[in-house]
Amino acid sequence: MKRITGLLLVVLAVAGVLWAESALSITGAGATFPYPMYSKWFDEYHKKNANLEINYQSIGSGGGIKQVTEGTVDFGATDGPMNDEQLKAFQDKHGFGILHFPTVLGADVPSYNIPGVSAELNFTQEAISGIFLGKITKWNDPAIAGANKGVSLPANDIIVVHRSEGSGTTYIWTDYLSKISDEWKTKVGKGASVNWPVGLGQKGNEGVAGMIKQTPNSFGYIELIYAIQNNMAYGRVKNSSGAFIKADLASVTAAAAGAAKNMPDDFRVSITDAPGKTAYPISSFTWLLVPAKFSDATKRDAIKGFVKWMLADGQNYTEALSYAKLPKEVVAKELKALNNVQ
Amino acid sequence: MATTTTTVPSAGPVAGLRSFLSRLREGDEIARMITFLFAASVVLVTLLLVFVLWQGSVLPRHKFGFSFFRTSVWDPIFGQFGALPFIYGTLVTAAVSLFIAVPLGIGAAIFLAELAPARISDTLEFFIDLLAAVPSVIYGVLGVFIVVPLMRQYIQPALKHSLGFLPLFQGPAYGIGFLTAGVVLAIMVIPYIISVSREVLLSVPRDQREAALSLGSTRWEATWRVVVPFARPGIFGSIFLALARALGETMAVTMVIGNTPIISASLFSPGYSIAAVIANELTEASSNLHYQSLIELGLVLFLLTFVLNGLARLLIVATSQRGRAMGHT
Repeated sequence: MKRITGLLLVVLAVAGVLWAESALSITGAGATFPYPMYSKWFDEYHKKNANLEINYQSIGSGGGIKQVTEGTVDFGATDGPMNDEQLKAFQDKHGFGILHFPTVLGADVPSYNIPGVSAELNFTQEAISGIFLGKITKWNDPAIAGANKGVSLPANDIIVVHRSEGSGTTYIWTDYLSKISDEWKTKVGKGASVNWPVGLGQKGNEGVAGMIKQTPNSFGYIELIYAIQNNMAYGRVKNSSGAFIKADLASVTAAAAGAAKNMPDDFRVSITDAPGKTAYPISSFTWLLVPAKFSDATKRDAIKGFVKWMLADGQNYTEALSYAKLPKEVVAKELKALNNVQ
Repeated sequence: MATTTTTVPSAGPVAGLRSFLSRLREGDEIARMITFLFAASVVLVTLLLVFVLWQGSVLPRHKFGFSFFRTSVWDPIFGQFGALPFIYGTLVTAAVSLFIAVPLGIGAAIFLAELAPARISDTLEFFIDLLAAVPSVIYGVLGVFIVVPLMRQYIQPALKHSLGFLPLFQGPAYGIGFLTAGVVLAIMVIPYIISVSREVLLSVPRDQREAALSLGSTRWEATWRVVVPFARPGIFGSIFLALARALGETMAVTMVIGNTPIISASLFSPGYSIAAVIANELTEASSNLHYQSLIELGLVLFLLTFVLNGLARLLIVATSQRGRAMGHT
């Protein structure tokens, strides 16, 4: 009997030690777009720091902002920066602010399906905004044909496809449209979901991509990683320097580098229509949202440790998953900003 | 359908208590209380649901009032929210689905219950129950990859060609829209109608059939004139179940309806339903007003279901009284 009790005590002690070792668990919630990257990072980081477990729920940017504001998670993540109203709500509730940390980059690409046209099309700002405002309705419109000399475009109606659910991909697309078209800015605006002037809504990148593949004469936008991984054809977009750029990891990072010079201290910056000869114009950061103060010092140090690692070693994992990595200037600035987390 | 009620005579409070105690000892009273609790929980959950939806939609109720039901702009950026296109889309898709599913479903149920050999009937019933258990996202995928291309290439052009003079069948054929959503919903609800209606038809007493046959009616006459009217309340019940499913369906509808809040007489037009817009926008709602307007849409869907169910019950009462009156003459 004594031996059994002793054994039991040993088992309990060992279990207690193991439990204490893996006791620190941090939870986050938010954006779905960077989820594959984040889960890879959290996994790799856990391998290096066995006592730290980071749980991330990809419930969408809006949900992430809501949960981190309510304090039900330790950190949030979003594809579109928090607006002033949301920042104020956080400040009012907690008495301190919340910081944005860019992690990786994403981009939207214009995709289309025109029977008989296999060439990679060039799209000007006027063409893209015109199509989405419903002003350009035929494929052979001069605004499209002018940038695609030598391609014979049909006189068919353009069928516009957009995302139906609120998404960061839509945020990037409408942010870009708001910058290149004043009419879009005043009539529609930018956001995760908007009141579309024209078009059919489909759910998810796969929904939009499937609809475009199926429907002759269709035009829509797709997240770059989805297009790369599924070998989808997509067009070039004219950037602010006048060059037609095809989206790839390098041209997206170039857009971030172009914007880095004027990066505000809170990192809430839109890099659509960014300056730079090789910059792809429909690119964006995605951010971690980290509260500026933690009552629990171990949690704070763990999150700061992770962000530090993510900015250094973590960036080496990005390209394998088709995410564009942060430019050096931004990394240096973020490391400095990390000191503001207390 | 006669109902019998039995009343237990009670003699004074002491005897009442004694009989209560004896029933308690025998377990009857315990069973009654437990099952009452279960039944009461249904009411409780319903009330809780309405309460939560009502509480969660304070902002838009105050800001828009009844114009929420009348306006058709849905603009999350500029904070304008109107439910009309979503109500319209929900009703139209449900109507299209019942228009297709009710004749098909009841016809199939009559065949299975009355005309088919038992072995075929039971085998088919197994498949029908299987269909009812398929997750709706599977029906959505089926819709996207099979129904949508068929609609765009064959069915919609054919309808346009033959019935194009009706406003119902005009406009460009995208393949998605009200009609396609209605068809996919019909495929989803048919198993419910068949399964429940078949059970109801099978439970019609043999005497009814035999009496009709002995009076010289043919097998079809006995089925159509006697068995089906007898089973009518249960058949209606199966249709309401189908209606409820069609009104609330989310995933399959959003995949094929086009998700565009417009009101159009054409069934070819893309549209939007209440359940679909809630599922699409709730997680990314940026402002409180947007979020709460979606919650209010939930309340609207609840009301819609409530009203339609009420109307349906009235319909049952009206038709079954007429049936009884006819039976007496």
